[in-house]
Amino acid sequence: MSGQLVAAEGLPWPPSVGDFYPPDLAGPWVTKFTLMVWLAVGILIIFFMATYRNPKLVPSKGQWYAESIYGLVRDNIAREQMGKDGIRFAPYFTVLFCFIAVTNLFGVTPGLQISPNSHIAFPIVLAAITYVMYLYIGVRKQGLGRYLKQSLIIPGVPWPMHFLLIPIEFLQNFINRPVTLAVRLFANMFAGHLILLVFTVGGFVMLASDNIFIQATSIFSFLMAILMAFFEVLVSLLQAYVFVTLTANYIGTSLADGH
Amino acid sequence: MYVAAEGVEHHPLVPIWQELVVGSIAFALLCFVLMKFVMPRMEAMYQARVDAIEGGLKRAEAAQAEANQLLEQYRAQLAEVRTEAAKIRDDARADAESIRTEILAKAREESDRIIAAGRDSLAVERQTIVRELRAEVGGLAVDLASRIVGESLADEARRKGTVERFLTDLESAGAR
Repeated sequence: MSGQLVAAEGLPWPPSVGDFYPPDLAGPWVTKFTLMVWLAVGILIIFFMATYRNPKLVPSKGQWYAESIYGLVRDNIAREQMGKDGIRFAPYFTVLFCFIAVTNLFGVTPGLQISPNSHIAFPIVLAAITYVMYLYIGVRKQGLGRYLKQSLIIPGVPWPMHFLLIPIEFLQNFINRPVTLAVRLFANMFAGHLILLVFTVGGFVMLASDNIFIQATSIFSFLMAILMAFFEVLVSLLQAYVFVTLTANYIGTSLADGH
Repeated sequence: MYVAAEGVEHHPLVPIWQELVVGSIAFALLCFVLMKFVMPRMEAMYQARVDAIEGGLKRAEAAQAEANQLLEQYRAQLAEVRTEAAKIRDDARADAESIRTEILAKAREESDRIIAAGRDSLAVERQTIVRELRAEVGGLAVDLASRIVGESLADEARRKGTVERFLTDLESAGAR
């Protein structure tokens, strides 16, 4: 049945993992995904350079947009999570936020239609940077011993409990944090793309049916696809916010004294 | 039929290592450019704006306080001036009243004085007149009596004529 539909319309149905790995454009280095990442980098550099070439105290519209993003990350993420210390991390957080947001939004950008973050390699890079940052900052601020003690030993529990708690805390702080950070972003983008594929391609598949009722039902599929596209915009920005907020939180705990 | 049939099914949780490299380089470049050329200026601008706004607020507050103080001062002055004006008005009214009574008193005194002087002179005149009259009436009485006695009383007609003549003399003497 489904094989017949695919033959009729030429669309791969049902959507599968293979849809996330289009053929390379020119070898493994030049693919749609690597080009999208370069595109995001280019867009962000041009945007910030253009809007902040000649900053004024009373900002132009573009400058105001750039400053709003910076202000959001600076005040609502960095300062919220880390207090006054967080402000010196605000520049990195802003870059991180913008990069994730733009690459996520590629998932609903016409012509691109997929986010680079639905390939786990890119979330891994970003999560690894966060991981290294909070470990390095924790060790530098507190020294290796104190940092490990603070990360692993919960004060005020009976000592036999530590046999249970230290492995849990280790898993929590040194394994789960970076893995969940990467997988959360990846999975959101992966699932989002899959949902859009299901409703969009599914709509076309139903439209190609011989049955008039199934053809009529395709309208709901397309409506759902539109709704989900808007939902994806929300998810894109939210995931960028979550990623940066967690990064700030992790670095904040590395800087903090005590448990 | 499925993409798996094409033979390049990739496990989604296994990263493509070329993408790891490209992602790292691209993100590093982005971080370098933005954090070197844009973000420091943005933070500086942020601080400058905070300063400008806070400084402006402070200045506005100071100006407001000064204005309030001036207003208070002017109000106090105005109140002072008002009470002073009221006092001056009251004083003037009191002065006017006292001047009026004074003038009235003076005028009354003057008129009393004039009336008294008139009365005095009238009394003196009357005195003199009475004195003169008394002397004259005595003389006249003596005169009349001597004439009555000197002439014969027998003749009624003559007697009548004598009186007539006496009165005529009297009248002509008074007219004179």
